[in-house]
Amino acid sequence: MSVQLAVRGLTKRYKTGEGVSGIDLEVNKGELVTLLGPSGCGKTTVLRGIGGFLEPDAGEILIEGKSVTKLPPEKRPTSMVFQSYNLWPHMSVFDNLAFGLKIRGMPKADIRSAVSDALRLVRLPGSEKKYPTQLSGGQQQRVALARSLLLKPAVLLLDEPFSALDAKLRHEMREELRDIQTQTGLTMVFVTHDQEEALSLSDRIVVMNHGHIEQIAEPQRIYNEPQTLYVARFIGKMNFLEGVVDGERIRAAGLEWPNAKRLAGKVKVAVRPEDVGLSVISDHQEEQGLGLTGKIKQIMILGHYAEVSVDADEHGTIRAFQSKEAVQRLRAGDGVRLSFASIIAYPND
Amino acid sequence: MSLVGWYFKAIGKRRIIEFILLTVFAVFFAGPLLNLVVLAFSGQWAYPDRLPHQWSFKWWSFVMGQDDVAKSIGLSFLIATIVTALSIVLCVPAAYAFARIRFPFKRVFLFSFLLTHAFPKMGLYVSIAVLFYKVGLMNTMLGVVLVHMINVLMFMTWIPTAAFRNIQAAQEESARDAGATPFRVFRSITLPMAMPGIMVASVFTFLNSLDEAQGTFLVGIPDIKTMPIIMYSIIADFPSSAGAVFSIILTAPTIILLLAAQRLISADVMASGFQVK
Repeated sequence: MSVQLAVRGLTKRYKTGEGVSGIDLEVNKGELVTLLGPSGCGKTTVLRGIGGFLEPDAGEILIEGKSVTKLPPEKRPTSMVFQSYNLWPHMSVFDNLAFGLKIRGMPKADIRSAVSDALRLVRLPGSEKKYPTQLSGGQQQRVALARSLLLKPAVLLLDEPFSALDAKLRHEMREELRDIQTQTGLTMVFVTHDQEEALSLSDRIVVMNHGHIEQIAEPQRIYNEPQTLYVARFIGKMNFLEGVVDGERIRAAGLEWPNAKRLAGKVKVAVRPEDVGLSVISDHQEEQGLGLTGKIKQIMILGHYAEVSVDADEHGTIRAFQSKEAVQRLRAGDGVRLSFASIIAYPND
Repeated sequence: MSLVGWYFKAIGKRRIIEFILLTVFAVFFAGPLLNLVVLAFSGQWAYPDRLPHQWSFKWWSFVMGQDDVAKSIGLSFLIATIVTALSIVLCVPAAYAFARIRFPFKRVFLFSFLLTHAFPKMGLYVSIAVLFYKVGLMNTMLGVVLVHMINVLMFMTWIPTAAFRNIQAAQEESARDAGATPFRVFRSITLPMAMPGIMVASVFTFLNSLDEAQGTFLVGIPDIKTMPIIMYSIIADFPSSAGAVFSIILTAPTIILLLAAQRLISADVMASGFQVK
């Protein structure tokens, strides 16, 4: 697989102190990579750097092996879909889509057929004569997407394009974007603060925090093996226990695991709620003994599964996801023994 | 119940009050205009008759027959056109700068345009006249044009500034992205999108210049006699019917232009011009 986009040591500092430093990233041809992080983490800065909308303090951007660092946006083989205000309200949909093609000097007949093809691709066939104000928010974003697709960019940049839409529409648009990506084989860089969006859409996710990259990996890996404590906290739900290293073992809450990462001193032990097992302690059973016990505080039914909060004294509240069958055995106030199917340990920050 | 009583009850108190208010408004607004029109076409009209004794076009032919009048109409439109064109050239780039570029004391500069409207006009014109006298601009067309421009500087900068401000960065950046150079972006995206605001300001400028009398009188006399100046002398020297005819001539372009621009003049465009951000 060939590298379509390479970002090397990208650094940009704003007067406010925010910005990014030392960003290294490679995106393969036909790949959809998401930049994920909270607002102010620098993800949009990286995207705007790739698009040519800001001048980096240091670093290089290569597209198809050629440096574009010094090129203005109109000379770069990229196209950006913005969060909002994408379309030009004084132009019809046709003129919006044809604008870039006219600049490139494409013959009129070709423009007409290209525009109608692009509109069909985004499921808005025949809306050439409409004006942006006559379209809904979702339709406007589709037109914006069509406009970018028409330019056949080497890299398509998307800056939270669906965040202004309602949840249902956002979901549909994600699926459509994924379809379009499979059909066109375009290389895409997608910025979002919505982890669900990132997990469902991406080939790989770049998790960003305070202007640097925390982890780059496939969605499943990001979820299963968060590389840093930050990623563990940021992606999905996670329980944390205070632990300590004792030679080859990590001990926390009366349980112990092998010290695979060779950590030292105090550690944080992270457990996904779906990896937490609960067994009810019956009255005549011995309450003492090895392991972690607690009392069920609350049971929340969430459709096909339930979230059970267990009050585990000094270890705080532990959340466990239970199947709807398993949860029928449980009642609020029950004493339970907790078991962990798998854990990840992190050095204390 | 009497028929009138039933009628009032059926329509309702609120509608009746609305109707009365509307009538009062219409009388206040249209009454003087109606009187003006009647006056302009009257041959003989003596108090206490409600309507003229005799209808006639004689004051129209009289006013049109005056050499000064035909000349002043041409001159007024010429000056208004020059003032509008020069104001666009001067103020639209300034408005773009106010909307897009960060520079120190921006708000102070923007606010300073209000100054020319803060003082009594006559005082301002007298001091301008003193200055113009020194540099030889008295009794010249350029002098009159400059005085007119001072009047419209505020509208001509504030309204387009708001129009440019309302254009989002993403709209311009999308165009850059599509391959347009910065100049092309300005021509194809920014300027057309700001056009309603610029048009509104221009119509204002044109009408304001057509209507300006005080400054023109002070700076332009004796040679530069625009329509309002001529009107003063006609009102002073001839019966009021002549003044009425002239008023209608002076009002006509205003009404025509406003009707033409009606599509563009929305309360939004106007109001957004007066928000100092």
